[in-house]
Amino acid sequence: MENKWFTISVYSENNVGLLNRISGIFLKRHINIESLNVSKSEIDDVSKFTIVAHTTEKWVHNIVGQIEKQIEVIKAYYHTDDETIYQESALFKIASGLLFDERQIQNIIKDNNAQIVTVSRDFFVIAKSGRRNEIDEMHDQLKPYGIMQFVRSGRISVTKDEMKISAILKEF
Amino acid sequence: METVKEKKKGTDSKKTIKISGAEAIIHCLLAEGVETMYGYPGGAIMPVYDELYKFQDKLTHILTRHEQGATHAAQGYARVSGRVGVAIATSGPGATNLVTGLADAQIDSTPMVCITGQVTRQLLGTDAFQETDIIGISTPVTKWNYQITEASEIPEVMAKAFYIAKSGRPGPVLIDITKNAQIDAFDFSYEKCTAVRSYKPVPKPKMSAVQAAADLINSAKKPFIVWGQGVILGKAEQELKSLVEKSGIPAAWTIMGASALDTSHPLNVGMVGMHGNYGPNVLTNECDLLIAIGMRFDDRVTGNLDFYAKQAKVIHFEIDPAEINKNVHADVAVLGNSKETLGLLLPLVNENKHDAWHNIFKEKYKIEFDTIIKNDIHPTKEGLTMGEVIEEINLASNNKAVIVSDVGQHQMIACRYAKFSQSKSNITSGGLGTMGFALPAAIGAKMGAMDREVVAIIGDGGYQMTIQELGVIFQHKVPVKIVVLNNEHLGMVRQWQELFFEKRYASTVMVNPDFVKIAEGYSIEAKRISERKDLKSTIQEMMGSKEPYFLEVKVEQEDNVFPMIPSGASVSDVRLK
Repeated sequence: MENKWFTISVYSENNVGLLNRISGIFLKRHINIESLNVSKSEIDDVSKFTIVAHTTEKWVHNIVGQIEKQIEVIKAYYHTDDETIYQESALFKIASGLLFDERQIQNIIKDNNAQIVTVSRDFFVIAKSGRRNEIDEMHDQLKPYGIMQFVRSGRISVTKDEMKISAILKEF
Repeated sequence: METVKEKKKGTDSKKTIKISGAEAIIHCLLAEGVETMYGYPGGAIMPVYDELYKFQDKLTHILTRHEQGATHAAQGYARVSGRVGVAIATSGPGATNLVTGLADAQIDSTPMVCITGQVTRQLLGTDAFQETDIIGISTPVTKWNYQITEASEIPEVMAKAFYIAKSGRPGPVLIDITKNAQIDAFDFSYEKCTAVRSYKPVPKPKMSAVQAAADLINSAKKPFIVWGQGVILGKAEQELKSLVEKSGIPAAWTIMGASALDTSHPLNVGMVGMHGNYGPNVLTNECDLLIAIGMRFDDRVTGNLDFYAKQAKVIHFEIDPAEINKNVHADVAVLGNSKETLGLLLPLVNENKHDAWHNIFKEKYKIEFDTIIKNDIHPTKEGLTMGEVIEEINLASNNKAVIVSDVGQHQMIACRYAKFSQSKSNITSGGLGTMGFALPAAIGAKMGAMDREVVAIIGDGGYQMTIQELGVIFQHKVPVKIVVLNNEHLGMVRQWQELFFEKRYASTVMVNPDFVKIAEGYSIEAKRISERKDLKSTIQEMMGSKEPYFLEVKVEQEDNVFPMIPSGASVSDVRLK
């Protein structure tokens, strides 16, 4: 079975220690977590983990089964990239002088549909949301000018099909 | 902690009393029906021990000589009684000493609640004396764990702990309680937990799956049942027996499932797995339908999965959805409690006989008997064998004893040759393979079934891993029978060294102390035998004794356990020698 990118979505209670329990399931199987995001979900008082892993379908099936078995997990799903709408966000901190000295930077911002979120005397910050490769491309374009700081978030995603989580919760 | 949903309706306003957290813990234990618990005191759990002192007429605390012993005793108690075992320890090393027992209970699905003391709330994270992150450490080996930092959390969390430990697929729960939460007073009231929003312990069986299973069973020519501990945990022994008898299907067991069906039942064809019986193993690859009931296709059962039952359709009866298609693809998965699912299946199964197919099992048994079993239990050579010791125990106990085995050659021999006539009689460390399990587990098993004879079968290696628990047997006069099968080696590792490492016996020769003197030091009646002429009479004397009894049997030093499926080989490639 070939390795593929999978997005695992976990709906859970918001309790201390659950992140450790979930990440431990990957650790036990020696599978790396490529990105991880925790936020609130569409349901009140229910948290959502979005975890990306590069592995086989057999292992992702196994992992989702183990995650779902955890007491405080309500439901877990896995999806391939084709089945989801997903993106990541990145921030670039650049020296302010470059904005005026290097006119090309303004074109990079425009061409990449990025936004300037703040400008100060010493630096300015560009925000860019999109696919991983789009952010990587912009990073490559800005790199020659000097990036003071760079950070990229974990993937967030929603599925094209409905996740029947609300119906599950009504059963309880 | 808003996740516990109370289903009780129309009850009067809760009665509350103002008590300390420590006293509340005792009331929680009593409300859950706990009568016996095992543990070891220390600084961070002292307020609870102070209450145990006050409540000693209602709640028996057994002081084991090491916290690991407390967990295995709680496991033995749980496995023989079907109730939740309870172990208690202090913070730091007390807590970390529980880890082996937690891991053992997790992999063998044993209901257990462990309570640990923790440094006071304000000291958490300061590297205080005997502070350790037991929540972090125990997370991978617990079904659930929780740290209580306020007294008022105690009733709800304790109720949840017992509910989670025993419901669905059982397992261990650890509750860590900071010292301030033990000391502080609060208004206590207790209600049992009946549901947790995010936890569905028992999937609802689908009738379509049950029907599909029945159709496969009714049309199969060479069906074969393999059952595991799920039958015992689901209390489905009678349903299993009815299914086997009505359908006429030969049935074999994993070591965790042993004793769910009488050993003497004509359709009980023996044990599967690495040292299981010849027929059940090789015929796994000849059946046309494999019916797995409450078992999880452990690698010691299946051997190489690429060559496991590939010709057969597979039906998997299972309570835990995560086990379906984990190791072996199920053509039909029937989720639910085994008592319920087998109960639904029974009326749909046709009465049948599979005599020709069953006869093949009998033929394979004959081959195994002539090449192995005969020499194991009726040896003609000079040295004593482990098998003949087990056979004498069968005879002297009329197949009624609880057999608690440790880990290694003696364990495989005990599981192969012990005869059982009632369920919950084979207590062993199956999944984790924990040496040192048997002596403390036997103590717990005896306390969980005082009316039954409990015989611990232990090797000379494992015995010394928890030998200090003789102190409990001595102090409380626990009438367990301890049989050490002494081959002066770590026998199973030595066997592998002989077969796969060209007889390089690295660190497997044991230099042992005088076990009889040690037992006598604890005032336990003790004997050592090394000749066949003394075997029957000594075992009869041991089984006739009403007191604790220690028997060391000097057995052949370099005997091997066969049949054997070498690690990574197919179940078809059973070695008979």
